[in-house]
Parts: sequence; C-alpha cells; structure tokens
Amino acid sequence: MGAVRVLAGTRKGAFVLTSDGKRKTWDVQGPFFGGWEIYHMKGSPADLNRLYVSQTSGWFGQIIQRSDDGGKTWHQPGLRPGEPTTTPDGMPVAESNKFMYDTSPETGKPLTTHQFYDGTQHPWEFKRVWHLEPSLTDPDTVYAGVEDAALFRTTDGGQSWHELAGLRGHASGPQWTPGAGGLGLHSIILDQSNPKRMYIAISAAGVFRTDDGGTTWKPINRGLRSQYIPDPDAEVGHCVHRIAMHPTKPNVLFMQKHWDVMRSDDAGESWHEVSGNLPSDFGFVIDVHAHEPETIFVVPIKSDSEHYPPDGKLRVYRSRTGGNTWEALTSGLPQKDCYVNVLRDAMAVDTLDPCGVYFGTTGGQVYGSTDGGDSWAPIVRDLPAVLSVEVQALS
Amino acid sequence: MIRVVIPYHLRTLANVSGEVELDVKGPATIRSVLETLEGRYPMLRGTIRDHGTLQRRPFLRYFACEEDMSLEAPDTPLPERVVSGAEPFLIIGAIAGG
Repeated sequence: MGAVRVLAGTRKGAFVLTSDGKRKTWDVQGPFFGGWEIYHMKGSPADLNRLYVSQTSGWFGQIIQRSDDGGKTWHQPGLRPGEPTTTPDGMPVAESNKFMYDTSPETGKPLTTHQFYDGTQHPWEFKRVWHLEPSLTDPDTVYAGVEDAALFRTTDGGQSWHELAGLRGHASGPQWTPGAGGLGLHSIILDQSNPKRMYIAISAAGVFRTDDGGTTWKPINRGLRSQYIPDPDAEVGHCVHRIAMHPTKPNVLFMQKHWDVMRSDDAGESWHEVSGNLPSDFGFVIDVHAHEPETIFVVPIKSDSEHYPPDGKLRVYRSRTGGNTWEALTSGLPQKDCYVNVLRDAMAVDTLDPCGVYFGTTGGQVYGSTDGGDSWAPIVRDLPAVLSVEVQALS
Repeated sequence: MIRVVIPYHLRTLANVSGEVELDVKGPATIRSVLETLEGRYPMLRGTIRDHGTLQRRPFLRYFACEEDMSLEAPDTPLPERVVSGAEPFLIIGAIAGG
C-alpha cells in the first residue's frame, strides 16, 4: 500500500499534507513561503520528489520555487543554496521568475493588444503564473499558464522560461477578454497517448488545442453557449473555468464553464451540455475518477453573483455516466450554514484503490474522500483560503 | 558603504536579516544601488523592478532622508547622508491590501 502527498496552495503559503495508504491520519508541513500567494504547486509524474511552486505577490511579483526532495527543502531554480549567485563575469544567474513575452522575429509575436474590460485594446502585461503542468516524462520540463494569458515552457528545471508564442499570437488573440479574475491561462492538459497534443483553457477566451507540440493552436469551443457575450456561439470569448480528461480516454473532455457542465467526445471539436439534474450548473472545479473514466465530480456553486454552495450545503456531485445524471455526495460535508467557495484548481484525485478525491475551500478546509466520494473528512480545517490542491500517490 | 533596507518578504527571499550593506561602484543613484543589490542577490531580480522595463513595481516605494524618491529619475544622485552611510536607502512595501 502506497502513501499520498497532498499539495495545498493557499493565499498565505504552501502546505504539504502526507499520509499512508489508509489516508486516515495526516502530517501537515508548512506554511512554506508564508505570507505569499501560492497559486499552484504540482509534482512531476516522472520524479515524485520534484515539486514546482508558483509563488506570487501583488507587491513583489512572481517567484518560482522547486523542491528535489518531496518538499523538505526548496530553492529558486538556478539558485541552489551555497552555489555562486553570479556567473564568473559577474552577471546574475537567476532568471527563474523572468516571464517575458516572446517578441523575437524568429519565433515570437509582436506585443500587440487584447480586449480589455472597457472594450478598448490593452497591452499584454505579465502578472503571475496561474498553473504549472510538469511534463509526463521529463522532470525538467514544465509548462506554465500565466496571466495575461500565455503559455511558457522550461526545459531546464525552471531556471529559464520561454513562451510558446503561437498561442497568444493566434488570430483571435486581440479578442481575448479577461474574466473577473483576470485573463488567466488556468488549465493545461497533456495527452499521454500523443506527445504532440495539448489542451489549454483561458478565462475568458475558451479552450485551445495544439497537435504539433505547441507551435500552432486551434480554438475548440463549438457547442459552447454563453448568454453573457454578444454572440452566444462565438469562436472565442467563453469563460471556461476548468477542463479535465481521463488519461485512458484522451478524446473525452469534461468542462466546468462559467455556467454549464459540458462534455466533448471528439477531442474538443464539439461540446454538448451534461448539466442534467445539478442544483446549479455554475461552478469552478471538475475532475475525473482515477479508475472510472465516466465518473466525474463537480461542486455546484449558487451563481456568478453568489460564490457559495446552494442552500448553504457543501455538496460534491458525482456522475457515474459521464454527465447528465448526478448524485449529491454529502456524508462528512457541512450541510448547513456553509458559504465557502471551491476554486478552479482546488480539486484532485489520487490513483490509489479505492480512488481518493480531495478539494480545498476558501474557508481553509481541505476535505478528502478515500472511497471515491461516498464519504468525506477534513484533513485540515483552518488553513488560509485554498487556491489549489494537487495529490501524488507515492509508491 | 550604502545601507539598504528591504521589505520583510524580500529579506526572506534573499536570506538576509536586517539591513543590507552595499559597496556601490561609481556615483550612488537609485539605479546603481538597485543594480548592485540585484547583482549581489539575484533572487531579487524582478521583485523590485520589472524584468523587462526596469520600472519600479507599483506597490513599492523608495525613501531616503525622509523624502519620497519613488518618482525621481533612476539616475538621480542619492542624498549625501545615504552615500556616507549615515542614513539608509529604504525600499518600502505599500501598506495596501488586507
């Protein structure tokens, strides 16, 4: 029986929660980087001890942290403790937080503009890294989804980052508009059956797919309908909150849109709604059971104006039919006076058997289920607001 | 030797406590102090000034001898009392947020 490590990013630091395969008792380490916003932290599938963290601040900007020992010690890539911090000719070596849009004539795109909240065109400005997606095969390769929306990649373990400029340079780029939380690239899905294929999602532009390793991108939003935009069926402009995929069914995608839970059976070429009997089809998270590709989880939120669960009841909804038919999972979750939110990157599943499911709330709780969602228990109750949750099964 | 005070979170990043003392080559200006600071503590690059534009980050301010120097040109000479080490050059995080 293995062990698990839950990585919780919060508004005021990072936490590492570990347990044995029973997942009943937990050791809590942290806060790491206390006082900083930890938008996301994730481990490499190719090296379970390699962890990456997006550490951000409205005051001090972006920092990338890395651990090579499962979270015991951390360093900014390129700045190992005790090593020289400058090259022999005196130049600083650290560029791990240097996210510069690619404007080079060879590979880049001009720093044009995108549509702003007021309808005017606005220059692209880097603000923070929302999501880090380590390569499935190489611990030194990581993709970073950033605000203003762009995709970056490192191939040297986070020491330097380079934009995959074909995405931001897509012809629709000037039409991309920030969601209420910013113009963030928040979802990155790598297809293990096809190393050249990748999906990303942007609020509020929509979903894009590359089939050539990130050089060119295609918007894949057909079937999405968003009443709040001038053309409800527009190619871009949809506020996609999260997308998910089971690795054994790479052509099946699930989406929690601003409103509507959606499904695609053709790698995003077309989408159809599977909200079914949900009490609200607004929400942020969506994830897929590790062993049952047609079992999916969402956490309905009352509305875009009221970011808390309907009726003050925190309920995970599970569909065992890939959508449309949903059951409420309530055992162990507060069923009255609960007004927390569950943010888009704050749900994860482990690969143990039975499958573990985890999510974090803006009230600072991290809940876990060791039986595929049938019952829940808090792992911790009083962290700062949780921004992201990831989990690693440790063999 | 020029004394520089940096905010708590940047002291943590740079793994220093208290003031930082810098031997600045050439005239002591806002720019030369920041370049020397970032050269000695490269983990601070991008946290005080933007990587690309080298503009001061919006929620940080520069103070010296009870004067706000945030809007001064980067090559403005620092006051003599800062150059002599009698007073520190202050990099302050704005009191903002909650």
